[in-house]
Amino acid sequence: MTGNALVVAGIVTLAAGTYAFRLSGQLLRARITFPPRVTRLLEAAAVILLAALVATTALTEGHGFAGFARPAGVLVAGVLAWRKAPFLVVVLAAAAVTAVLRLLGVS
Amino acid sequence: MRSIWRTLDRTVLTDIGLTCLAVFFIGLSYGAIAVASGFPLWLPAVQSVLVLAGASEFLFIGIVAAGGSPIAAALAGLLVNSRHLPYGLALPPGVTGRRWSRLPGTHVMNDESVVFALAQPDLRRKRAAYWACGLGVLACWPGGAVIGGLIGSAVHDTSAFGLDAMFPAVILALIVKDLRDARTLRAALAGAAIALAATPFLPAGLPVLLALAAVLLLVRAPAAAASTSPGEEPAVAQVRTAP
Repeated sequence: MTGNALVVAGIVTLAAGTYAFRLSGQLLRARITFPPRVTRLLEAAAVILLAALVATTALTEGHGFAGFARPAGVLVAGVLAWRKAPFLVVVLAAAAVTAVLRLLGVS
Repeated sequence: MRSIWRTLDRTVLTDIGLTCLAVFFIGLSYGAIAVASGFPLWLPAVQSVLVLAGASEFLFIGIVAAGGSPIAAALAGLLVNSRHLPYGLALPPGVTGRRWSRLPGTHVMNDESVVFALAQPDLRRKRAAYWACGLGVLACWPGGAVIGGLIGSAVHDTSAFGLDAMFPAVILALIVKDLRDARTLRAALAGAAIALAATPFLPAGLPVLLALAAVLLLVRAPAAAASTSPGEEPAVAQVRTAP
């Protein structure tokens, strides 16, 4: 295979596999009748996954620490969200705090 | 489509719009980085439509640009995207569509559409929020990637604008409602700690999956939680602001 064909094969593999992941959870859910307690647990599992995603994308880059600017922005966003600030304010504050810190030389 | 606008109130639609705008900006940097790494414009364009999962696409072009095999890059990307399986388990049946509409409805499953769906109180609104956000991301992510690829180096350094902080902030803002429950918060913090501790040692995607082990904290008797929850609030608030 030429280089390009191999790259296309890689993209198709990634796309098809990702679609399979997206579909298989739903198929399981449709096939099995879960008691309400398990249903709540499945929803909590998604929240845990998302929280872990927040932690890793806020604090890490590759295998290392992402620097202070980004987690500081996300922390400010978290405090604002906890205090029920509007979504727009929360998200823009994250970007603004991070950008200002970087402007000041904090990586 | 029209029912989406009738079903969701303005605030939710505005929030979804802002999220899609953030996705568009991240897409700009994705397209710019892909082209700057030596890939033709069609690659981020095609990949952003077919894969439609940002983190895995960044990883894919990163590995291939560094000389890695595209198949190895695809497998690494799949590891990152494996979290979509538990997402599908968490969504009530019908959210992604019925019969044929489920085929495209499945494709637009991503962190943002799932988190907006979970935040809605009933099935009708969950479905509307899921589709509005999913279709919005389907437009904004590839759109951003193509425009980013075209204007190239001009948007290469998006970190200066703090855009990399927007994705975690979006997700955090949307799960904060669930985190007000003390037990969920404790499990979420434990999961986050597990993922962070594993990140230096494991390939991307795996640490987030390992966080699922924290579900075990929620499995134990619900009666115990009911008796302890009122007294726990201050301690929980402290834990929240500590990191």
